[in-house]
Amino acid sequence: MAAKQLIKDHFIELRIFQHRSIVAIVFTIVLFGILAARLFYLQITNHDHFTTLSQNNRVSVQAIPPTRGLIYDRNGIILAENLPSYTLQIIPEQTRDIDKLIEELATLIEIRDVDIKKFKKEVKRKRRFEGVPLRFRLTDEEVAIISVNLHRLPGVEIQAQLTRYYPYGRETSHVVGYVGRINEKELKTLPVTNYSGTNHTGKLGIEKSYEALLHGQVGYQKVETNVRGRVLRVLERSNPTPGDDLYLNLDINLQKVAAEAFEGKRGALVAIDPQNGHILAMLSMPDYDANLFVNGIDSKTYKALNTSWERPLYNRTLLGSYPPGSTTKPFFTLAGLELNVIAPDHEIFCPGYYQLKGKSHKYRDWKKWGHGKTDITKSIVESCDVFYYDLAFQLGIDRMHDFMSNFGFGQRSGIDILGERSGLMPSREWKKRVHNQVWFPGETVIAGIGQGYVLVTPLQLALATATLANGGKLYQPQLVHSIKRKSDPIPRLVSPQLVREIKVNRPSNWKLVYHAMTEVIHGRRGTARRLNKPGMRYKIAGKTGTAQVFSVAQDASYKEKDLEERLKDHALFMAFAPVANPRIAIAVVVENGGHGGSVAAPIAGKVIEAYLSQFSDEELKAPRTKAAQTKQKSSASKKPSANKEPSAHKQPVINKAIPSIQQTHNNTALFLNEPEYQSHKNLIQAHQIKEYAHG
Amino acid sequence: MANRSSQQGLFFRIHIDLTLLLALLALIAAGQVILYSAGGENIALMQRQWIRLGVAFAVMLAIAQISPDTMRRWSPVLFIFGTIMLIAVLLVGTKALGARRWLDLGLFRFQPSEMMKLAVPMMIAWFLSAGNIPPGNRRIFAALAILIVPVLLIAKQPDLGTSLLVSSAGLFVIFMSGVSWRLILGFIIAGISFTVPMWLFLMRDYQRQRVLTMLNPESDPLGSGYHIIQSKIAIGSGGSFGKGWLNGTQSHLEFLPERHTDFIFSVFAEEFGFSGVLILLTLYMFIIFRGIYITTHAHGTYARLLGASVILTFLIYIFVNIGMVSGILPVVGVPLPLVSYGGTSIVTLMAGFGILMAIHTHRKLLAH
Repeated sequence: MAAKQLIKDHFIELRIFQHRSIVAIVFTIVLFGILAARLFYLQITNHDHFTTLSQNNRVSVQAIPPTRGLIYDRNGIILAENLPSYTLQIIPEQTRDIDKLIEELATLIEIRDVDIKKFKKEVKRKRRFEGVPLRFRLTDEEVAIISVNLHRLPGVEIQAQLTRYYPYGRETSHVVGYVGRINEKELKTLPVTNYSGTNHTGKLGIEKSYEALLHGQVGYQKVETNVRGRVLRVLERSNPTPGDDLYLNLDINLQKVAAEAFEGKRGALVAIDPQNGHILAMLSMPDYDANLFVNGIDSKTYKALNTSWERPLYNRTLLGSYPPGSTTKPFFTLAGLELNVIAPDHEIFCPGYYQLKGKSHKYRDWKKWGHGKTDITKSIVESCDVFYYDLAFQLGIDRMHDFMSNFGFGQRSGIDILGERSGLMPSREWKKRVHNQVWFPGETVIAGIGQGYVLVTPLQLALATATLANGGKLYQPQLVHSIKRKSDPIPRLVSPQLVREIKVNRPSNWKLVYHAMTEVIHGRRGTARRLNKPGMRYKIAGKTGTAQVFSVAQDASYKEKDLEERLKDHALFMAFAPVANPRIAIAVVVENGGHGGSVAAPIAGKVIEAYLSQFSDEELKAPRTKAAQTKQKSSASKKPSANKEPSAHKQPVINKAIPSIQQTHNNTALFLNEPEYQSHKNLIQAHQIKEYAHG
Repeated sequence: MANRSSQQGLFFRIHIDLTLLLALLALIAAGQVILYSAGGENIALMQRQWIRLGVAFAVMLAIAQISPDTMRRWSPVLFIFGTIMLIAVLLVGTKALGARRWLDLGLFRFQPSEMMKLAVPMMIAWFLSAGNIPPGNRRIFAALAILIVPVLLIAKQPDLGTSLLVSSAGLFVIFMSGVSWRLILGFIIAGISFTVPMWLFLMRDYQRQRVLTMLNPESDPLGSGYHIIQSKIAIGSGGSFGKGWLNGTQSHLEFLPERHTDFIFSVFAEEFGFSGVLILLTLYMFIIFRGIYITTHAHGTYARLLGASVILTFLIYIFVNIGMVSGILPVVGVPLPLVSYGGTSIVTLMAGFGILMAIHTHRKLLAH
């Protein structure tokens, strides 16, 4: 029964099973058909669509930053270069415990807390496989130490990059400036595409003002990346165009001489080539190391620099506005002569003070008992204030303003770096406009000695001196001499820009001023006679100045030593040399330095000496004039410092008027050449001798 | 002819079906080629897979020696043991990636759900073969009751892919036993009404999310839809002939996740294109048809039911995996059989083929 049942079932069962097997085969074919159809749809029908998506996935365009242009000085000495510097970075993806790793690194090389803080901040921003810098500028020794231990420091990498380096970081900090990491504000103004691979941009000085040239053009590479953006292969590359190299007019040796001479003092120095407006030296003291800023300065150091009362970050050459004081006197003299307000033999009597008619107020001379009879030369040589109170009163502020404006006072010079101040040369119109007040005659009087409203920047003073020296040609001051594109074989010159040429009414007027300024140095009573040295190959023309930081109460006198350092007068000096063929015009301001002659002039003297030492005797003489061709032997004063006068200021010397200079040569050659100077000199000495003889 | 039959005879004596073996070897060879590419040309990874393949082949060979009758007798023991293990996993199992699937036995980790892929169809085949064919309704419901226990235990781990495979293995046994079409229709309706509470109460959030993003992967391109979008890009960009071996950008540039495990088919489709895909599908189909051929020639109800279930589960493996990577099924974590990297599934699959070979090669003994 059971067996029968089993056999019967077996047949039914087999039939059922075979039916179901056919169903299973159909089922299999249907499922495979669905899959094949789906894959056909994806791979054949929509192939193009997915290919595009796949391309977008993997190919990305990356920017290759260009190499920044280099900056050289006038002699080809490099001032800003790109040095390979070693950076220690950590790839978070490849480390287990970052804190432990940093601890271990700290036992090998110096790692400051600031570094760690910055590192941690950046780790959060970057992707896990990207290296995050921990230490910049490793020394060779540090690189060696890390390299030896690299095997037990997983995730640590030493990378060579180009970093901006300033070999003369201190001396050039204000002029060349520096680059720094691009900040958010700059991100908005810089061209996005061209800076897509760049981390640094010029922040100051040449680096900022010539950013467009120095930066160059970005390059691109098409790369294949994986899902996390890691580059696997470069598919296509277009190289970046490096930035242009700049050659400056600046002479770094001169800059160094100036910085040394300035050691321990605050102030500014600007030296210009009067023949073309080239800036030879430009120094603001105290300085600071520009290299500190390249990879981010730590906040402590920055705070120290920024809050120091000495204000090292402040570029005094462009921003410092000082009362020019007596350095304006040669200009006002020239104004008086050229505008026919005074004659070349003009002479006044200086009782030590000046009074406007009907007013009791006394405008005091720096010399309490006065200079006595004072002519033009004496007024400049001994810096008689009363002479200029009177001259200013006769000129009037508007004529003073117009004349001085020709020399660039109160105007931006247009120098090729950004951020200069305009200084101030007041006028009636200006006072009305700005202060809505009428002009008072007393204000004219003090403007006559470069005080009151009058303000100049050291750059303006140097520029005005250069313009005076070259006979009235105002060149726009230029720091950049030439620009070299990488593709060009030779640099392209930046041609001098003549802004204006001041009309010369009578060259003799100019020569008279030159002569008086020469006497400031080479005369026996000159306020800067300490610059006169035996055996000098050239003559210097200059003028000292002392600018009051605060005003002295009427009838009060003050003693410098009692004053706090910061309230002491500013010492100023402007000069050009050689007198016969001016090649350098210079302005020096020493803040709270006291007297221009004793503090500012020696600094200028050193710079002039350093600069002129490169020229031959022939080059220092007047060019292309008949007078220069006549072989006149230099009879530089044999014993100028032999006289033991304690101070020129305390010697009441009354000079007689000098007769007007005879025009012995060509008008176009305004320079006071050696024979001319000698003839003047002899005259004056004759006078002086006469005085002494009489005295 | 004589030569072939003698060879057939040699393999027959060691209980190996040469046709099936050669097809499996061809498939595994193709799998190794694509694993080399998908695994990032990692030899160490390949070597680990070779060890697993060696173990899997040994298991297949060992199981092929066991006669289906012996299997039948041991089926309830194996099932009960496996169910206890599943309970043990839920209580003391090792947790990894949010799921409790393994028992740590010190020497090795044991995954009971993997074993249940075979133990469940064996048990149901044992149960149904003991009675009349086609089974009556009471037996069918009893078989379903046997099935539902391990399926729920596995779904609770949670392991949606395995519970899907285990339940389909059981259902195939019931289907092959000749359950009436009316009942099947009833089950389908019941199944749908079961899906709703399962959706609401049984499925985890991530599983629901997977289904939802399957329906609209672009809705969450960086999150849960990312797998499917990248996989579709890989497959679609392969085109007719593919990007060439080792040149699949989606996989080699690491856009494609899980590319050497569940998503290995996408790598294959990207590198070998639609033509390669057709060859692979043909190979799979050949194996399935050979399996069906073996079962139709099998002796005994138990052997037929078990063999058909094993081979149809293999089909489900393929369909679910390729269906999910090509975006027509939710991502449920089913590997591409014998190609995906990974240990346990390959051993289970080869054990299944061992059963098929045993069924095929133990016939004569049964016939006598």
